[in-house]
Order: sequence, then C-alpha cells, then structure tokens
Amino acid sequence: MSRKIDVGKRILSANERYALKNSQLLGEQKKLCLNMISSPGSGKTTILARTIRDVKDKIKIGVIEGDIQTDLDAERIKATEAPVVQIETGGSCHLSAAQVSGALEKLPVGDLDLIFIENVGNLVCPSAFELGESGKIVVLSATEGDDKPVKYPAIFAKSKVLLINKIDLLEAGAQVDFDVERVRADARKLNKGIEIFPISAQTGEGMNRWYDWLAESTKNLQGD
Amino acid sequence: MHETMVAESLLATISDEARKQNAKPVSAKISCGMLNAVNDKVLCFAFDAIAKGTSCEGIRLEIEHKLMQGQCKKCNERFDFKLNCPKCPKCDNEEFDLLPDAPLLLEQIEFEME
Repeated sequence: MSRKIDVGKRILSANERYALKNSQLLGEQKKLCLNMISSPGSGKTTILARTIRDVKDKIKIGVIEGDIQTDLDAERIKATEAPVVQIETGGSCHLSAAQVSGALEKLPVGDLDLIFIENVGNLVCPSAFELGESGKIVVLSATEGDDKPVKYPAIFAKSKVLLINKIDLLEAGAQVDFDVERVRADARKLNKGIEIFPISAQTGEGMNRWYDWLAESTKNLQGD
Repeated sequence: MHETMVAESLLATISDEARKQNAKPVSAKISCGMLNAVNDKVLCFAFDAIAKGTSCEGIRLEIEHKLMQGQCKKCNERFDFKLNCPKCPKCDNEEFDLLPDAPLLLEQIEFEME
C-alpha cells in the first residue's frame, strides 16, 4: 500500500532564486549581461578580448570567466585592462547562478555598461542553467561542423545571438566543410528572432555588425 | 553531466517533502522539456549515488520528457514541434511560434503507508 502526493515544484528553484536576484540587481542598474556559451575552442576568449579593445571608447565591459581549471582566460582578459573575475568550477561543467551572484559582488558593476559571462566550454549543460542574464550568445566556429544546431538544439533555441566564428578559414580555401547557410536555416527553424553574425575574431571580419548590435542593445537598455 | 546538480536539487526537494509527510518515499515522478537536456540513465545513476544513506535511498524515478510545442500563426493549432518537419501539421504553414519549454518539475511522490 502506498499513497501519492502531487508536488508540482520546480526542481532547479534554488538556482532560479539566485538567477532572479542577479537579474534584479542588473535590471535596477540597467546593465546588459550576456552569457556566452559554446564548445571548448570556438574562440570565446579571443572574441571577448578583441571586442573589449575595439569598443572600449564606447562601451565599458567587465567579464566573469568560468573555467573548470586555471585562470588562463582571465589573464587574457586582464591584458585588455577590463575588470575580470575568475570562477574556477573545479570540475563542474556549467556556471550556476549562485557563483555568478558572488562574482557580481566583486565586479565594479556601477562603472560598467556591459557584463559578459564566459561560461564553461560546453554546448549542453550551461544552456539548462539560467544565470539571471539579459541574453545568451552562442558561438559556433567553422571547424566544429555545420550540423551543430540540429545536434544541440537547446542552446540555439534559447540564444539571442549566434556568432559564427573563424569564417576566415572558409575563405582561405582550407579543408573546412562548413555551410554557413545551412547553419542559418537550421538555427532559424528553432529560433526565428536569433541574430546571426558570421565573424572572424582573428582578422576582425564581420565584427562591426556585432559591435553595432552591442552598442544598440546597451543603449536601448539605458535609454528606458 | 549537469544531471548531478539536478539530482542534488531533486534529493533536497524530495527529502523536504518526506520530512513534512513523515513518511518514506518509494518513487517520484519528474517531468521536463527537451531543452533541459536531461538524460534518464545519467540522472538515475547520479540520484542513486547521492541518495545512499538518506531517506531517499533506493527510490524509483520516473521521468517524462515533454516535446516542445509550436503554435501556428495562421490557424492557431498547437502541435509537437519536430525539427525535421518544422511546420503546422494541420495547415502546412511554416510560420509558427515556439512556446516556452516545459520546466524541470517534481510532479508527484509516492510514499509508503505506515
């Protein structure tokens, strides 16, 4: 004999409470916060370092760096002179909202226009944990293959922007089989409103449209 | 791999209910949308491992996966979204809204009767 009880509770409510706290803090101060997600090696840190240097006169950027081990990425961001806080997850495959809450306390949020969270390199787990961000940015590089939106739909369905990085490799005649139009079409099937910017953080190609989007998004938020 | 954190939160929620009910849980029903990316075997393995020695040791997890829902912009039909055929099954229209993904929910707990 047994008895059944309906519960109807959200399982990740502890994480969601911190996410709400983060989003309230950022909302009150009108700060844009973007959660950057991709597999390892897609170029997240290179994109961030270049973006920080190229827009520094217009947008003040701070960074929360998530890594399983080491502070190598934080060192690369530090070289740009942007404020950065490192979170070493010690094996965990994603950042949690509580970790981001602690990092936000260490950043000079009041002096910034935009906070990037560089999540742990992983195309699956980080997409399931809300951090209180204003939006997610997914990065896919040309060497990873053009089938990724179909194989990892969650992150493409949830992101505001898709950055297709390393497009310089396509034009150099390298042996990279990657159809930008296929990625575009598959991502749009999951997410009609997603902004898609093909870029090369190495050569700077296509980066201006990304910078324009960042400038407009920070302006829209602060202008409210 | 994030199933470990899901399992920890789940264990905390079930233990909490078990204390309130003052009864031993036997099984639990969970539901989630596809964007939660939860793998049944991994979640059950993680839950078994961390539940050892607690009031939740050995309980059975039933996990229901909910497909994403689309809503046609022309005829308003709600339907199961399929990536390989992204259109309204009623009127073939390709213009539709994707509805929010179902959250990770602890739906029901079954307790032993004293």
